Amino acid sequence: MKAKDKQAYLEEYEFLKKKGKPFFPYAVMKDSTMALIVVGVIIAMSIILGAEQGPKADPTTTTYVPRPEWYFFFLFELLRVIKPPELVPVATIGIPTICMVLLLLLPFYDRGPERHPGRRPIATTAGCLTIVAMAYLTYLGAIGGSPTEIEMKVPPQYEAGKEVVAGSGCLACHKIGENGGDLGPDLTHIGSQLPRAAIIRSVEIGPAEMPAFRDLPPKKLNQLSDFLASLD
Amino acid sequence: MKLDSLIPAPLRKPAKPGEGNGSKNAAPADLKTSPPERPSDTERLTDKAKDAPADVLAWVDQRTAASGFLTGMLYRKVPKGTNWFYTLGSAALFAFIVQAVTGVFLAMFYTPSPTEAYASISHINNDVFLGQFVHGMHKWGSSLMVILIFLHMGRTFFFGAYKYPRELNWVIGVVLLILTMTMAFTGYLLPFDQRSFWASVVGININGTGPVVGPYLSDFLRAGPELGATTLSRFYAIHMLLLPGAIIALIGAHLYLVVKLGTTAPPWVRAEKPKIAAPVSQLDAGAEGNGAPPPR
Repeated sequence: MKAKDKQAYLEEYEFLKKKGKPFFPYAVMKDSTMALIVVGVIIAMSIILGAEQGPKADPTTTTYVPRPEWYFFFLFELLRVIKPPELVPVATIGIPTICMVLLLLLPFYDRGPERHPGRRPIATTAGCLTIVAMAYLTYLGAIGGSPTEIEMKVPPQYEAGKEVVAGSGCLACHKIGENGGDLGPDLTHIGSQLPRAAIIRSVEIGPAEMPAFRDLPPKKLNQLSDFLASLD
Repeated sequence: MKLDSLIPAPLRKPAKPGEGNGSKNAAPADLKTSPPERPSDTERLTDKAKDAPADVLAWVDQRTAASGFLTGMLYRKVPKGTNWFYTLGSAALFAFIVQAVTGVFLAMFYTPSPTEAYASISHINNDVFLGQFVHGMHKWGSSLMVILIFLHMGRTFFFGAYKYPRELNWVIGVVLLILTMTMAFTGYLLPFDQRSFWASVVGININGTGPVVGPYLSDFLRAGPELGATTLSRFYAIHMLLLPGAIIALIGAHLYLVVKLGTTAPPWVRAEKPKIAAPVSQLDAGAEGNGAPPPR
């Protein structure tokens, strides 16, 4: 914005302000009404939706499917949509960080004097697209499963084991097929690399940085190792 | 002015610091100096008691000169065309106030220890008078606050209100958004049920996948090799002390700039200066004697 535009804006604003009404009581009235609505909505939500407790936190649990608060769904969903492991940091930290920096610095790269949304086609389009993208990702996150889902097709006898792996949080570190993280070894072909007994021992002992899953019931451990040993 | 009757004397427009006794508003003071009849002790005491609130306000005002600021703030004009979209910011502020108040009550009963946290929430929900109600307000108030902040930001964006001279206030607002999201993240762990525990584990792990600072950030958040007692007390301290302090300070700065710079008019409201109003605005400028440079 050039000095001329700044001056023009300040003059225009000064004029509009003179034609305006005093903050008290006109704006105060609107704000107070809104405040009452806000408090009313919160009270209604509290009464209708309550604050039920879930089951107590159990660090040894192996079947819990984590879900964030709904307004983090779009971040969660981003993690699901972007599959290649080398792109995961981009999805989790890169995109949100870039978006935040872009948002923070908005007034420093969008310096045009125009304020009307209809005459700022780029800004208005970008804003609408961002809202649509976030709403869509939130919607996907709301209806979709959790990032602990394994999309790989497996023979029916290994389905139970797949569920155990998915529910045990293995994907937080291990990649299986298209899903999972890259902190630990890729398990997509683990059946051809480790015998079944070694897989069971790894799960029970937890080699290196891996936590031990000692509390896994024997039946689930069997299903899990059957599934993993079948991956080749 | 009709409005004056609504407001306590020290806040009225003509009042100036230290003039409380001499002004025309202080009618009882005149009675005191020249009484038609000598009033009884009771009457004099009653008069004094009636004056007391105004006296106290005048005393405070003499020492703070707050009335000048308050009248300036209350009677500053909001530009023509201001509509309901402009209440979203103060609505977010009220949602924050609800969070602060309900949070204080929750803190009276909550224990930030992994062995007791869950039981203390059960206690709040089941035993404390209106406990679950206040807990529910805090829980759902956070959602509403996030929604209101996003709506407020959307209004600011589409109205172009972040442009000159309000760039800095946009930056403060974005920082407030980030702090609010951090607030939501740290608060989510505190009930210490399965949902909050595992969501926090995943959230911390997601932080850990970030480039360069990622692992350090997740180590700092987790405060140990696994999510546990130190994590909970760390999240508690961040949620209860660090973030509220920062948010309150930044809200103060945000509001200061709002009052200082004024709220914008909707972009489709134009001053019809070039046609009829041009002489009027020149007259106004001359009357104020600001010496504003003429438009080039």
